[in-house]
Amino acid sequence: MGISPPEGEVSRVRVLVGTRKGAFVLEADGKREKWEINGPFFAGWEIYHIKGSPADPNRIYASQTSGWFGQQIERSNDGGKTWEPVSNQFVYEGTPGTHQWYDGTPHPWEFKRVWHLEPSLTDPDSVYAGVEDAALFHSADGGRNWRELSGLRNHSTGNRWQPGAGGLGLHTILLDRGNPGRIYIAISAAGAFRSDDTGATWKPINRGLRSQYIPDPNAEVGHCVHRIAMHQSRADVLYMQKHWDVMRTDDAGENWREVSGNLPTDFGFVIDVHAHEPETIYVVPITSDSLHFPPEGRLAVYRSRSGGSEWEPLTRGLPQSNCYVDVLRDAMAVDSLDSCGVYFGTTGGQVYVSPDSGENWTAITRDLPAVLSVEVQTLP
Amino acid sequence: MIRVVLPAHLRILARVEGEVQVEPAGSATIGSVLDALEQRYPALCGTLRDHVTRQRRPFVRFFACQQDLSHDPPDTPLPESVCSGAEPFLVIGAIAGG
Repeated sequence: MGISPPEGEVSRVRVLVGTRKGAFVLEADGKREKWEINGPFFAGWEIYHIKGSPADPNRIYASQTSGWFGQQIERSNDGGKTWEPVSNQFVYEGTPGTHQWYDGTPHPWEFKRVWHLEPSLTDPDSVYAGVEDAALFHSADGGRNWRELSGLRNHSTGNRWQPGAGGLGLHTILLDRGNPGRIYIAISAAGAFRSDDTGATWKPINRGLRSQYIPDPNAEVGHCVHRIAMHQSRADVLYMQKHWDVMRTDDAGENWREVSGNLPTDFGFVIDVHAHEPETIYVVPITSDSLHFPPEGRLAVYRSRSGGSEWEPLTRGLPQSNCYVDVLRDAMAVDSLDSCGVYFGTTGGQVYVSPDSGENWTAITRDLPAVLSVEVQTLP
Repeated sequence: MIRVVLPAHLRILARVEGEVQVEPAGSATIGSVLDALEQRYPALCGTLRDHVTRQRRPFVRFFACQQDLSHDPPDTPLPESVCSGAEPFLVIGAIAGG
């Protein structure tokens, strides 16, 4: 999210879309009605995530990955018009050791790809990368060199982490503007962790999570967290879409409580917070972990204005029959215009926008490759 | 000068079109051609061989003159027709997936 321009000035939004076959940059003015679509950038490559720096909106980072040719980080210094590959050297610190494989046997840590890039809130050259197999890396020079913050992977529970169905990915990184030393991360399927010393040491923050496949109700790790969201004005309040269950904590992850309430299903991937209303949150319910599409083929965003528990469906403009797409964990974002815009992308290649906090939806584009991630920048 | 044909994904990454040409240091071997490729196009580092082990990535293959060179040691001299420029050195992505 950026900062809204002064009243009366024309503002713009830039939506950064990562797909299975390249990246796309979608731009519009503050009305968010007429869109210019540019791309594909890096055609043919999987773009797991693409995100701009809050400190300099012209600086954008993209994770470009391929099962054949590995990882690359691309960087733009001109708002996504041109790009340069900067580095792909992600090397675990020390001897990596093992984590658990799906069957519980030890399995060596192997770098596969970057799932998520989180630029610093204040320095365009500082950026974090969440990778598979799960680890956190940091670059202080605009992505040219990466150093592992190995205190996370070397946590005493690390050898018990197990991959989720999509791999052992570190997919969520939340930075706290009011407390620069604090970082939240989440890993499928290890759970959520918090650092209060800029990533040197970490604490699992999973108390209160319940997962039917974990017999121990007090298990420190092992939960399949899909996404965590936070509002910068209240960094102790986190919202979580777990594999099943929508959760909330009011004490920086020390204790979680379920806020699924009246959702038609509490399985899903995305969760996000309104730009100006910290108690207004959004999810997209998905039928189940075996049926990755909306219930009854009707696509709906659900909104709670009470921080969870009470939810209302938002369907105006979304397909209400024969819709069998999924919305993946990094594929929802909000802008910070006065009338908060909400965006999400689907595995069917649609990118939807609501310029009015979810009341009305339109498709910016319908025929992109499967969407992996959506981010938005609010520009002056 | 060695002619090299890269797969589409790596041409996009290296910002090149069509064949590329590289001049290996010393004799033309599989390893020296890969070294020359990575030196001229640094974005290709890590895409053909692992950064640390220098082993060929599993889904990458090397061919020349209708021969599979993928499993030959890095110091294997390239065929004469590749050294002369009559034939290219081919980098192939394994045919799999979508």
